[in-house]
Amino acid sequence: MKRSKSLLLLVGAGLLLSGGCKPLFDIRKAMYDQEKYEPLEATDFFGDRRSARPLIEGTVAQGQLKLDDHLYLGIEEVEPGEFTQAKSYPFEITADDLARGKERFEIYCSVCHGLSGNGNGMVVRRGYKWAPSFHSEKLRGMPPGYFFGVISNGYGDMQSYAHQVPVEDRWRITAYIQTLQRSQFATEQDLAAVEEAQAAAPADEETHASPEHADEHH
Amino acid sequence: MSPQLFERKHNVWSRLSLLLAVAGAAGFLGFMDILHRSPYVRYTKVRREQPVPFSHKHHSNLGIDCRYCHISVEKSAFASVPATQVCMNCHNLMWKEAPMLEPVRDSWESGESLEWTRVHDLPDFVYFNHSIHVNNGIGCATCHGRVDQMPLMYKEKPLFMLWCLQCHRDPAEFVRPADKIYDMAFDPKSLSREEREQLLEEYEIDTSNHRLTNCAICHR
Repeated sequence: MKRSKSLLLLVGAGLLLSGGCKPLFDIRKAMYDQEKYEPLEATDFFGDRRSARPLIEGTVAQGQLKLDDHLYLGIEEVEPGEFTQAKSYPFEITADDLARGKERFEIYCSVCHGLSGNGNGMVVRRGYKWAPSFHSEKLRGMPPGYFFGVISNGYGDMQSYAHQVPVEDRWRITAYIQTLQRSQFATEQDLAAVEEAQAAAPADEETHASPEHADEHH
Repeated sequence: MSPQLFERKHNVWSRLSLLLAVAGAAGFLGFMDILHRSPYVRYTKVRREQPVPFSHKHHSNLGIDCRYCHISVEKSAFASVPATQVCMNCHNLMWKEAPMLEPVRDSWESGESLEWTRVHDLPDFVYFNHSIHVNNGIGCATCHGRVDQMPLMYKEKPLFMLWCLQCHRDPAEFVRPADKIYDMAFDPKSLSREEREQLLEEYEIDTSNHRLTNCAICHR
């Protein structure tokens, strides 16, 4: 009788220490770290330890069928079956688009190409291979589709920026690059034209956004 | 009549022990509260072990914008940890022999992920959204501290609920202009209270009716 009583006590104490305390601790932990994955959280379920799964090859999500070659590939069909780099933009570039292009250029491109596009960005100054200036004879003659293609696919040692910069922003950056190119070869007549236009319509900045940037980058 | 077990002097002990029990319980709760918010429990200032000793200070001082790597901070809840390719944009040529960057090159060649340790990990019952904050006048530095001065990443702020509430109760103290969000050195207090209240109006941040302290804003 006495033995069974002490055995009961022992079992009870054991339950309290192991089973009894643990759930209390786990409830708090389970709330903090729930049975769900936060973005990019590691998992043991898949072999590559990624909870974020890549798309199965060939799947197209609704609304993501990229049929517009001009917008997504930067090419135009000149004759049936014959494509060239797009000479125009797939959408109208407004002053807002240019401002966005400037912002994106300064985040993603200026690190190598420099704020004015002459190829002396900080990463180049720290020892990366030279980045071409946008103001060379050759690059000034290139159509928008060329710059769009380089941003999308990379060129030489420059890798693709397609996953860092969405497709519309790549076109806006292209527009800003062409603005920079224009700005470096602006003449006094251009400035006079801008001043005239501004005096005539101070609120209308849309059509004359480009030469304004010339001052900022000198 | 039964014999008296307690003498008159025991009254003092009895009162004192009652007092001690109450004070002790209060003290214990207070201590737990302080402990709960302490750097020891919150892991503030702790440099966690990472696969590569990445320096935010070095990269930020080169003039690389936060968004160059944290590409989804403006449009999603998650700021995102950069893909190995982003490292290799520069490190395919720079420091390409450095032993420190061996894990990055391994990841690039094998296609396996680098497993970074999350430094700012909110409980799973908090639905924090980066985009709503950076698009409405809250800068990186407000919650992450001067990351541009951190050679190794650590958590500067404790990130407990009362800390979040300071701003949710009075956002005018922390709001900053849209062009200063990614400016680490900018101090919102350099603007006057009136200017910051003006910013709240521009961002259309409505604090009336406990809108920003409603439980469901962060917990759902």
